[in-house]
Amino acid sequence: MSQSLDAYLVLAGILFAVGSFGFLARRNAISMLMSIELMLNAVNLVIVAFGAFVPELNVDASVIALMVMAVAAAEATVGLAIVMAIYRNRRTPLVDEYDAMRQ
Amino acid sequence: MAIPDTVPLLGISWNDVLFVVLAGILLGSALLVVTLRDIIRCGIAMVAAFGALAGIYVMLGAPLVAAAQVLVYIGAIAVLILFAVMLTQAKNAPARLVFQTQAIPAAIAAVVLAVIVALSVVSTDWGAVSTRLTTATDALARLLFNEYILPFEIVSVLLLAAVIGGVFLAKREDRDA
Repeated sequence: MSQSLDAYLVLAGILFAVGSFGFLARRNAISMLMSIELMLNAVNLVIVAFGAFVPELNVDASVIALMVMAVAAAEATVGLAIVMAIYRNRRTPLVDEYDAMRQ
Repeated sequence: MAIPDTVPLLGISWNDVLFVVLAGILLGSALLVVTLRDIIRCGIAMVAAFGALAGIYVMLGAPLVAAAQVLVYIGAIAVLILFAVMLTQAKNAPARLVFQTQAIPAAIAAVVLAVIVALSVVSTDWGAVSTRLTTATDALARLLFNEYILPFEIVSVLLLAAVIGGVFLAKREDRDA
Protein backbone atom coordinates (compact mmCIF):
# COMPACT_ATOMS: atom_id res chain seq x y z
CA MET A 1 0.00 0.00 0.00
CA SER A 2 2.74 2.42 0.85
CA GLN A 3 4.46 1.60 -2.45
CA SER A 4 1.66 2.81 -4.71
CA LEU A 5 0.98 6.35 -5.82
CA ASP A 6 -2.78 5.82 -5.73
CA ALA A 7 -2.87 5.42 -1.95
CA TYR A 8 -1.22 8.79 -1.41
CA LEU A 9 -3.42 10.50 -4.00
CA VAL A 10 -6.61 9.10 -2.47
CA LEU A 11 -5.40 10.18 0.97
CA ALA A 12 -4.79 13.69 -0.34
CA GLY A 13 -8.20 13.73 -2.00
CA ILE A 14 -9.92 12.81 1.25
CA LEU A 15 -7.91 15.45 3.11
CA PHE A 16 -8.93 18.04 0.51
CA ALA A 17 -12.59 17.03 0.85
CA VAL A 18 -12.41 17.36 4.64
CA GLY A 19 -10.89 20.82 4.24
CA SER A 20 -13.53 21.90 1.74
CA PHE A 21 -16.26 20.71 4.10
CA GLY A 22 -14.76 22.77 6.90
CA PHE A 23 -14.50 25.81 4.66
CA LEU A 24 -18.12 25.56 3.57
CA ALA A 25 -19.64 24.61 6.92
CA ARG A 26 -17.84 26.41 9.72
CA ARG A 27 -19.12 29.73 11.03
CA ASN A 28 -15.88 30.97 12.51
CA ALA A 29 -13.59 32.86 10.13
CA ILE A 30 -10.45 31.40 11.72
CA SER A 31 -11.83 27.87 11.38
CA MET A 32 -12.33 28.60 7.69
CA LEU A 33 -8.69 29.67 7.43
CA MET A 34 -7.63 26.44 9.16
CA SER A 35 -9.65 24.51 6.58
CA ILE A 36 -7.86 26.39 3.79
CA GLU A 37 -4.56 25.32 5.33
CA LEU A 38 -5.74 21.70 5.28
CA MET A 39 -6.59 21.99 1.59
CA LEU A 40 -3.21 23.54 0.81
CA ASN A 41 -1.54 20.67 2.66
CA ALA A 42 -3.49 18.17 0.59
CA VAL A 43 -2.24 19.80 -2.61
CA ASN A 44 1.31 19.76 -1.28
CA LEU A 45 0.95 16.06 -0.48
CA VAL A 46 -0.08 15.41 -4.09
CA ILE A 47 2.96 17.31 -5.38
CA VAL A 48 5.40 15.44 -3.14
CA ALA A 49 3.76 12.09 -3.92
CA PHE A 50 4.19 12.66 -7.66
CA GLY A 51 7.78 13.58 -7.02
CA ALA A 52 8.34 10.33 -5.16
CA PHE A 53 6.83 8.08 -7.80
CA VAL A 54 7.48 9.74 -11.19
CA PRO A 55 11.22 9.87 -11.96
CA GLU A 56 11.06 12.95 -14.23
CA LEU A 57 9.45 15.00 -11.48
CA ASN A 58 11.59 13.80 -8.61
CA VAL A 59 13.57 16.87 -7.58
CA ASP A 60 11.30 19.49 -9.16
CA ALA A 61 8.39 18.38 -7.01
CA SER A 62 10.22 19.15 -3.78
CA VAL A 63 11.16 22.61 -5.06
CA ILE A 64 7.56 23.32 -6.05
CA ALA A 65 6.32 22.04 -2.68
CA LEU A 66 8.65 24.46 -0.89
CA MET A 67 7.33 27.32 -3.06
CA VAL A 68 3.75 26.34 -2.20
CA MET A 69 4.65 26.44 1.48
CA ALA A 70 6.03 29.96 1.15
CA VAL A 71 2.91 31.13 -0.65
CA ALA A 72 0.76 29.45 2.01
CA ALA A 73 2.63 31.34 4.71
CA ALA A 74 1.99 34.62 2.90
CA GLU A 75 -1.67 33.71 2.49
CA ALA A 76 -2.04 32.89 6.19
CA THR A 77 -0.46 36.19 7.19
CA VAL A 78 -2.71 38.34 5.04
CA GLY A 79 -5.82 36.26 5.73
CA LEU A 80 -5.43 36.48 9.49
CA ALA A 81 -4.71 40.20 9.26
CA ILE A 82 -7.95 40.66 7.31
CA VAL A 83 -9.87 38.63 9.90
CA MET A 84 -8.46 40.78 12.70
CA ALA A 85 -9.29 44.00 10.83
CA ILE A 86 -12.88 42.84 10.35
CA TYR A 87 -13.05 41.73 13.98
CA ARG A 88 -12.01 45.17 15.11
CA ASN A 89 -14.96 46.71 13.25
CA ARG A 90 -17.68 44.12 13.80
CA ARG A 91 -16.67 42.59 17.17
CA THR A 92 -17.45 39.04 16.06
CA PRO A 93 -15.46 36.32 14.31
CA LEU A 94 -18.56 34.63 12.88
CA VAL A 95 -18.84 35.06 9.13
CA ASP A 96 -22.63 34.84 8.95
CA GLU A 97 -22.86 38.04 10.97
CA TYR A 98 -20.85 39.96 8.38
CA ASP A 99 -23.91 41.21 6.50
CA ALA A 100 -23.04 44.85 5.83
CA MET A 101 -23.26 44.39 2.05
CA ARG A 102 -26.66 42.74 2.23
CA GLN A 103 -28.57 45.57 3.84
CA MET B 1 18.21 -9.19 17.36
CA ALA B 2 17.25 -8.23 13.84
CA ILE B 3 13.86 -6.78 13.08
CA PRO B 4 11.96 -9.04 10.67
CA ASP B 5 11.10 -7.71 7.22
CA THR B 6 7.38 -7.95 7.75
CA VAL B 7 5.15 -7.62 10.75
CA PRO B 8 5.06 -10.99 12.57
CA LEU B 9 1.86 -13.01 12.19
CA LEU B 10 0.35 -10.56 9.71
CA GLY B 11 2.71 -10.62 6.75
CA ILE B 12 2.41 -6.94 5.89
CA SER B 13 5.40 -4.68 5.64
CA TRP B 14 6.38 -2.14 8.27
CA ASN B 15 6.04 0.66 5.72
CA ASP B 16 2.38 -0.20 5.22
CA VAL B 17 1.77 -0.17 8.96
CA LEU B 18 3.50 3.20 9.23
CA PHE B 19 1.51 4.58 6.32
CA VAL B 20 -1.81 3.45 7.76
CA VAL B 21 -0.98 4.87 11.19
CA LEU B 22 0.14 8.23 9.80
CA ALA B 23 -2.81 8.45 7.43
CA GLY B 24 -5.17 7.63 10.29
CA ILE B 25 -3.67 10.35 12.48
CA LEU B 26 -3.80 12.79 9.58
CA LEU B 27 -7.42 12.18 8.61
CA GLY B 28 -8.62 11.82 12.21
CA SER B 29 -7.11 15.09 13.33
CA ALA B 30 -8.30 16.80 10.13
CA LEU B 31 -11.83 15.70 10.96
CA LEU B 32 -11.36 17.03 14.48
CA VAL B 33 -10.23 20.37 13.02
CA VAL B 34 -13.47 20.79 11.11
CA THR B 35 -15.85 19.41 13.75
CA LEU B 36 -14.64 20.40 17.21
CA ARG B 37 -16.52 23.11 19.06
CA ASP B 38 -13.64 24.75 20.91
CA ILE B 39 -11.46 26.56 18.39
CA ILE B 40 -8.30 26.21 20.47
CA ARG B 41 -8.71 22.43 20.28
CA CYS B 42 -9.20 22.81 16.53
CA GLY B 43 -5.81 24.51 16.42
CA ILE B 44 -4.14 21.76 18.44
CA ALA B 45 -5.65 19.10 16.17
CA MET B 46 -4.35 21.06 13.19
CA VAL B 47 -0.84 20.87 14.64
CA ALA B 48 -1.25 17.08 14.94
CA ALA B 49 -2.38 16.89 11.32
CA PHE B 50 0.64 18.90 10.17
CA GLY B 51 2.97 16.65 12.15
CA ALA B 52 1.48 13.48 10.66
CA LEU B 53 1.83 14.99 7.21
CA ALA B 54 5.50 15.71 7.90
CA GLY B 55 5.89 12.01 8.72
CA ILE B 56 4.28 11.11 5.40
CA TYR B 57 6.73 13.41 3.61
CA VAL B 58 9.58 11.52 5.25
CA MET B 59 8.03 8.26 4.04
CA LEU B 60 7.87 9.75 0.54
CA GLY B 61 11.61 10.38 0.59
CA ALA B 62 11.48 14.17 0.84
CA PRO B 63 13.19 14.96 4.15
CA LEU B 64 13.79 18.63 3.39
CA VAL B 65 10.10 19.17 2.64
CA ALA B 66 9.27 17.42 5.91
CA ALA B 67 11.63 19.72 7.81
CA ALA B 68 10.13 22.75 6.11
CA GLN B 69 6.66 21.45 6.97
CA VAL B 70 7.57 21.32 10.65
CA LEU B 71 9.27 24.72 10.57
CA VAL B 72 6.76 26.62 8.47
CA TYR B 73 3.46 25.02 9.37
CA ILE B 74 3.89 23.92 12.98
CA GLY B 75 6.39 26.60 13.86
CA ALA B 76 4.93 29.60 12.08
CA ILE B 77 1.44 29.17 10.67
CA ALA B 78 -0.02 27.25 13.61
CA VAL B 79 1.38 29.74 16.10
CA LEU B 80 0.05 32.61 13.98
CA ILE B 81 -3.41 31.06 13.89
CA LEU B 82 -3.38 30.43 17.64
CA PHE B 83 -2.42 34.05 18.23
CA ALA B 84 -5.28 35.17 16.01
CA VAL B 85 -7.61 32.92 18.01
CA MET B 86 -6.39 34.55 21.20
CA LEU B 87 -7.02 38.04 19.80
CA THR B 88 -10.39 37.55 18.16
CA GLN B 89 -12.40 35.05 20.17
CA ALA B 90 -14.83 36.16 22.84
CA LYS B 91 -13.95 35.42 26.43
CA ASN B 92 -17.15 33.54 27.17
CA ALA B 93 -18.04 30.08 25.92
CA PRO B 94 -17.39 29.06 22.31
CA ALA B 95 -20.05 29.82 19.75
CA ARG B 96 -23.19 27.86 20.34
CA LEU B 97 -23.64 26.90 16.73
CA VAL B 98 -20.45 25.61 15.19
CA PHE B 99 -21.80 25.06 11.70
CA GLN B 100 -23.69 27.20 9.26
CA THR B 101 -27.11 26.18 8.02
CA GLN B 102 -25.63 24.73 4.85
CA ALA B 103 -23.52 22.20 6.77
CA ILE B 104 -25.40 19.14 5.52
CA PRO B 105 -25.20 20.08 1.81
CA ALA B 106 -21.55 20.92 2.41
CA ALA B 107 -20.97 17.45 3.89
CA ILE B 108 -22.69 15.82 0.92
CA ALA B 109 -20.61 17.90 -1.50
CA ALA B 110 -17.40 16.97 0.32
CA VAL B 111 -18.21 13.25 0.23
CA VAL B 112 -19.06 13.47 -3.47
CA LEU B 113 -15.80 15.32 -4.10
CA ALA B 114 -13.78 12.67 -2.26
CA VAL B 115 -15.49 9.84 -4.17
CA ILE B 116 -14.95 11.52 -7.54
CA VAL B 117 -11.28 12.17 -6.77
CA ALA B 118 -10.75 8.59 -5.58
CA LEU B 119 -12.45 7.11 -8.66
CA SER B 120 -10.52 9.27 -11.08
CA VAL B 121 -7.24 8.55 -9.29
CA VAL B 122 -7.77 4.80 -9.39
CA SER B 123 -8.88 4.74 -13.03
CA THR B 124 -5.97 6.79 -14.37
CA ASP B 125 -2.54 5.53 -15.34
CA TRP B 126 -0.09 8.03 -13.93
CA GLY B 127 3.07 6.51 -15.36
CA ALA B 128 4.39 5.94 -11.87
CA VAL B 129 7.18 3.60 -10.96
CA SER B 130 6.42 0.99 -8.35
CA THR B 131 9.14 1.94 -5.88
CA ARG B 132 9.52 5.16 -4.04
CA LEU B 133 12.34 7.49 -5.02
CA THR B 134 14.17 9.66 -2.54
CA THR B 135 15.09 13.27 -3.16
CA ALA B 136 18.71 14.16 -2.54
CA THR B 137 18.95 17.50 -0.77
CA ASP B 138 22.03 18.66 -2.67
CA ALA B 139 20.29 18.01 -5.99
CA LEU B 140 17.33 19.96 -4.69
CA ALA B 141 19.56 22.89 -3.75
CA ARG B 142 21.22 22.88 -7.19
CA LEU B 143 17.87 22.90 -8.93
CA LEU B 144 16.45 25.57 -6.63
CA PHE B 145 19.37 27.95 -7.12
CA ASN B 146 19.83 27.36 -10.86
CA GLU B 147 16.62 26.69 -12.75
CA TYR B 148 14.22 27.99 -10.13
CA ILE B 149 16.21 31.06 -9.12
CA LEU B 150 13.65 33.49 -10.55
CA PRO B 151 10.65 31.95 -8.72
CA PHE B 152 12.79 31.85 -5.58
CA GLU B 153 13.46 35.58 -5.77
CA ILE B 154 9.82 36.31 -6.59
CA VAL B 155 8.77 34.34 -3.51
CA SER B 156 11.02 36.52 -1.38
CA VAL B 157 9.36 39.64 -2.80
CA LEU B 158 5.95 38.04 -2.19
CA LEU B 159 6.82 37.36 1.44
CA LEU B 160 7.98 40.95 1.89
CA ALA B 161 4.71 42.19 0.40
CA ALA B 162 2.75 39.86 2.68
CA VAL B 163 4.60 41.13 5.75
CA ILE B 164 3.95 44.76 4.84
CA GLY B 165 0.34 44.04 3.96
CA GLY B 166 -0.23 42.11 7.18
CA VAL B 167 1.20 44.91 9.31
CA PHE B 168 -0.84 47.50 7.41
CA LEU B 169 -4.10 45.57 7.72
CA ALA B 170 -3.70 44.55 11.35
CA LYS B 171 -2.44 47.81 12.78
CA ARG B 172 -4.76 49.85 14.87
CA GLU B 173 -6.02 53.02 13.23
CA ASP B 174 -6.04 55.54 16.04
CA ARG B 175 -6.84 58.68 14.11
CA ASP B 176 -10.25 57.46 12.94
CA ALA B 177 -11.23 56.44 16.44
